[in-house]
Amino acid sequence: MIGFNYSLGLESYGRTLPPDWPGGFWWHWLVFTVIILAFVMTVLLGFVWFERRALGRMQARLGPNRVGPFGLLQPVADALKVLIKEDIVPSQADKIVHWLAPVVTLVPVLMIFAVVPFQDGALLVDLNIGLLYVVAVSAVPILGIFMAGWASNNKYTLIAAMRDVASVISYEIPVVLSLAGVVLIAGSLSLNQIVLTQNTPLILLQPLGFLIFFIGGLAEINRTPFDLLEADSELTAGFHTEYSGMKFALFYLAEYAEALALSALIATFFLSGWRGPFLPPWLWFLLKIVAMFFVIIWMRATLPRIRIDQLMALAWKFLFPLALLNIVVTAIEVLVWPEALPWGLIPVNIVVAGILVLFLSKKFTLGWGRIEV
Amino acid sequence: MKFEHYGIGIAKGLTVTLRHLFRHPVTVQYPDQRLHTSRRIRGNELVWNEEKCTGCATCAQVCHIGAINIVTSPSRATNTYTVEKYEVDTGYCIMCGLCVEACPFKALYMGYDYERAKYRSGDLVQTKEMMMTTPEKHISGYFYPELATRLPMQTLLLEKVKEEE
Repeated sequence: MIGFNYSLGLESYGRTLPPDWPGGFWWHWLVFTVIILAFVMTVLLGFVWFERRALGRMQARLGPNRVGPFGLLQPVADALKVLIKEDIVPSQADKIVHWLAPVVTLVPVLMIFAVVPFQDGALLVDLNIGLLYVVAVSAVPILGIFMAGWASNNKYTLIAAMRDVASVISYEIPVVLSLAGVVLIAGSLSLNQIVLTQNTPLILLQPLGFLIFFIGGLAEINRTPFDLLEADSELTAGFHTEYSGMKFALFYLAEYAEALALSALIATFFLSGWRGPFLPPWLWFLLKIVAMFFVIIWMRATLPRIRIDQLMALAWKFLFPLALLNIVVTAIEVLVWPEALPWGLIPVNIVVAGILVLFLSKKFTLGWGRIEV
Repeated sequence: MKFEHYGIGIAKGLTVTLRHLFRHPVTVQYPDQRLHTSRRIRGNELVWNEEKCTGCATCAQVCHIGAINIVTSPSRATNTYTVEKYEVDTGYCIMCGLCVEACPFKALYMGYDYERAKYRSGDLVQTKEMMMTTPEKHISGYFYPELATRLPMQTLLLEKVKEEE
């Protein structure tokens, strides 16, 4: 176990090296880069399998079960198939941008994991602005998607990419504002510190923040209720219509890596990260990630796709005011009862969240009246 | 205050999908697992009983596709027809079962087998020898309800197949 003495504040500023790590900075960098890459890639393969199996069972079918035991090697077979496929680039495409887009999409998603703690202090770099870094880096993949949409020189890809940019920029605001509540309670922007301060999982203290972050996160990673940019019936395959072979595989990987990153971030921010009794910390972290990913699959199996005007209205008319109110409520709580027992605040917060959601959904209208679900 | 329209629908949908997660899947892994077809299936072959057949060619007459090709020769000694050639082109056959219903001597049956895909259309032509009743060839209960009772009951879901094994 890698220990790390936390004394956050000015004296720890600028210290990038865990003091007791043998071999110094570069060994730390190498080991954790390899660990992160191996972790992300294996979990991604597992996720592809897990999603297809779980989705299959929810639709009363089996899902892939032919390759390997329980179909576990199906993602490997898919990867091999996609590797040896021909890579077709449209003749009128912007070749360099077309080539760069999958890389620009995948790499920032991997970069998010640099600040995600796998257990106490076990992370590539404990940035004291970790949360800000996550928010900044997670906005970059949209650039790759827009590059793909533009460079393909195809109207469907361009429409899909523009939809994605619109939705992500809109949903970025409630997502970041909902994280402000987490920061107010945790008192730190470092992800490791946020986990350390969560004696009770923040989902209990921040039910509304969790809801906003989860919905906004789903919209940002374009998972099903918000997967407008891949609406097959309207836009063929969305922004990666003109991609094939390994470049398509990179987009596919990036999609699942975003889902993994969202699950990991929710586990870190709201489910107290690697903390938990009896089991080793990394296992707790993995379990929480898988549980969150299961909820994402569950949503995909249940909810139909929404329209673009509903998408924008949900962000600006529903989630944005909710996030602002959430900050106000949380700030008052932190100011008035700084040392209050969390168990007293949990029911208060849940009731406040319920009332706010009911009130705002009462007021939530589109052009022709209230949306009823 | 009614809570009908405040996201209850989403919660209901989520419970439906969660219940389906623990349901038995309806998929059949076809080459490995098979369901029993209907006992009155009109499988894409004909089964022919040579002893009962008198060579009257009613079947060929009633076949509106013209898929049955029958050639007989009269034998004066026994005062019967000998069936020299009896061929059914199952590629043309539409499995309507009219020949089976028309046969006055109960010599023709629909087959129970449905896996008769071939690579060449010529292979689909059933000759006299291929149509004869053999012990391993199952006869469908189509038009002959008394034969249907010998066949296993139809199964729709895999659980039932497993129960019988």
